[in-house]
Amino acid sequence: MPLPHLALLSLFALLPSATAARELVRGNGPEPATLDAHRCQEVVCGNILRDLYEGLVTEDAHGAIVPGAAQSWSVSTDGREWRFRLRDELLWSNGEALTANDFVASFRRALDPATAAPVAALLRPIANAPAVMRGEAPPESLGVAAPDASTVVIRLDEPVALLDRLTFPIAFPVYLPAVAQFGAQHTRPGRLVGNGAYRLDAWTPQAAVVLTKNTQFHSAASVAVERVRFAVTEDAASELKRFQAGDLHLTETVPPRPLAALRAEFGDALKVSPYLGSFWLGMNLTRPPLRDNPALRSALSLAIDRDIVTRYVTGFGEEPAYGVVPAGARDYAPYRPASASLTQAQREALARERYAAAGYSAQRPLAIELRYNTSTLHRRLALAVAAMWRQVLGVRATLRNEEWKVFVQNRRARAITQVFRGGWIADVNDPLDFLATFSGADNPLNTTGYADAEFDAQLMRAARLPQGAERTALLARAEARLVDADAVIPLYFYTSKHLVVRDVEGFEANALDHHATRWLRWREGAAR
Amino acid sequence: MSRAPLALRIARKLGGALVTLWLLVTLCFALLHAAPGGPFDTEKLAPPAVQAQLAARYRLDRPLVAQYAAYLADVARGDLGPSFQYPDFTVNELIAGGLPVSAALGGAALLLALVLGVPLGVAAAAREGSRLDRALMFVGAASQAVPKFVIAPLLILVFAVELRWLPAGGWTGEWRYGVLPVVALMLPNLAWCARLTRTSMCEALGSEWLRAARARGYGELRLLVVHALPAAVLPLAAWLSPALIAVITGSAVIEYIFGIPGMGRYFVQGALNRDYTLVLGVVLVAGALVIAVNLLVDALRERLDPRLRTA
Repeated sequence: MPLPHLALLSLFALLPSATAARELVRGNGPEPATLDAHRCQEVVCGNILRDLYEGLVTEDAHGAIVPGAAQSWSVSTDGREWRFRLRDELLWSNGEALTANDFVASFRRALDPATAAPVAALLRPIANAPAVMRGEAPPESLGVAAPDASTVVIRLDEPVALLDRLTFPIAFPVYLPAVAQFGAQHTRPGRLVGNGAYRLDAWTPQAAVVLTKNTQFHSAASVAVERVRFAVTEDAASELKRFQAGDLHLTETVPPRPLAALRAEFGDALKVSPYLGSFWLGMNLTRPPLRDNPALRSALSLAIDRDIVTRYVTGFGEEPAYGVVPAGARDYAPYRPASASLTQAQREALARERYAAAGYSAQRPLAIELRYNTSTLHRRLALAVAAMWRQVLGVRATLRNEEWKVFVQNRRARAITQVFRGGWIADVNDPLDFLATFSGADNPLNTTGYADAEFDAQLMRAARLPQGAERTALLARAEARLVDADAVIPLYFYTSKHLVVRDVEGFEANALDHHATRWLRWREGAAR
Repeated sequence: MSRAPLALRIARKLGGALVTLWLLVTLCFALLHAAPGGPFDTEKLAPPAVQAQLAARYRLDRPLVAQYAAYLADVARGDLGPSFQYPDFTVNELIAGGLPVSAALGGAALLLALVLGVPLGVAAAAREGSRLDRALMFVGAASQAVPKFVIAPLLILVFAVELRWLPAGGWTGEWRYGVLPVVALMLPNLAWCARLTRTSMCEALGSEWLRAARARGYGELRLLVVHALPAAVLPLAAWLSPALIAVITGSAVIEYIFGIPGMGRYFVQGALNRDYTLVLGVVLVAGALVIAVNLLVDALRERLDPRLRTA
């Protein structure tokens, strides 16, 4: 390591932060859209809400499900009834008692269409939830009950995996008296009442949300960080400079730079780990030339050298993808098609064969459009892919970038797209979450228009099974069907990347990239 | 031509201002709704019942003309509506939070630019063609030519990352967080100011009336400050109005790079998110500011320049 870098690193260890004592400053990306737990649908608000609230169950630093507001739970033999036993003497942050009834009322609010919760569908497995969400049944008819003050019973329509879903803000208890009094503005400092490890101290839009330790929290004694500032860091390059200047202890991301150079500069302060996200190129299967043309689709997929893509274009230790579900998915072995074990030269030979079989040649090359939403990375990816297509097959690709809202609309309409940027970041750690984006012709997420009754049926059956070997096998078969039909061009699986100062400990890698502040602590003897 | 009574002149100007604002809002409203994609067009589309709720809450379920009428009625009451993207806040609150920050930083930057730029321009003009003059004008041209998105990261690199004198970004309200943004905002304005002052000073110094004053034996300093400068500030006053508006409504680039919670970034964010009410709100406030500043600067120029008074 060059000397100036060493000097810089040792400065990180020696210098106290420029901010107030004991305040942990985390970069958190853009301004959170809301702090209403039931209306949050983004990573940004989720990060803060996981500090302000706690569901019946929660995740530990490694992402494992652990007791939250509930100290224990049991599930009936048919897998349709879950009983949660709350901890003794649970309190809201204002000191009032938090009871099972509060949870019941919150679940009802989350699914009431009047709340307009964008991700209410996460709770769809709860009995009668679909009818409540459609406004056809009153929220009181939801399958959630409180037989006594410390028991919450959740009945399900199907014996699905429930616990993961309960760690999401949509399943957090919201203090309804504040909602009734202040409406959408109940999320302000002094009004927001939570049950998490922290309470809201200040919120300056576009600058920061500041939380302080909630002394009413059941495990407050084990919460080490007294105060945390979630700083708005919209620009990754600026965020990096704030980290270098000692203004941030933890970054939301790291701007694209060669990984080796970052490693050399930051050493083990750089944390890169697999993230439950999948990047692919979608193909519009409802329009020529890709409709009913598996040979051509396969040729386009095989011609792409994913090692080059992940090593030189993305460059953050991403894993080359040949399937849709990433390796971090719980209890699941991702599908690897036969082509994944070939060398790139073999894949390219196969690609040329299939390109010719589809009726294209050097004299009659394919002209195709590759559409992406405006971003430096997407442009570089599109350029690399177009170059590979040209080199291996002679395809003439036109690149087209669109602003996000326009892109999302065009992609969903399936009317003018051909090949386009696609992908999925998991909401819950479940392979089904990824596969469901290819199911159903009228599903707005199904941007490829993949229509396969057998695939849909497999997913439908899996959705009704509890976690276990049968469900996993069914999902694996469905993924194999999808990938073997070349309905999509998988490119790579995401990684999460952060910089964490050495004074902060307890930051552990996990597939959903959730890092609640309550698991972080100051290094022994660290200057605070 | 005789002048109309003061009250009438003010009423006329205000009326004109209102019509201008109304045209601005109408045009902006039409353009926003003509842009493809709506505020709730996201990748993970909400369920239909939720979409219907949101549409009703934000009146998107009504015909466009009715939405427009309802919006104008709200604006007339001073209510800019709830933000689509940040539903926990009203647009009034977001602007009330952002404008003072933008105005404080921008005002400080412009004031500094004037305080430093005018003397520099005067000094350069007094020694026209000298090394000092050429050096000042070179630095001026350079800082005007280098865009803010280059200057700002450079300042951060030097003063925050390397020297660690100041924070690299963020905002707590402490003065330390404002220094680098103010410098970044000031530099191009300082250059403008110095160059404008120098040019008009050179012109004034070469004029006949100044030669006459010099012939009377007045000292060099008195010639510069008392005789040439008042004439030279006129072009500066004309430049002041667009400069003032640009700095107080905030610079999206500077705010983005430094993480400043100002108003400038709402122009860009609001448009990208199709946050109709936020965009309309910031356009309306900025429009009102433009008109107000123009009226003020016109009045100022009338005071400074007797030739404008009978117009």
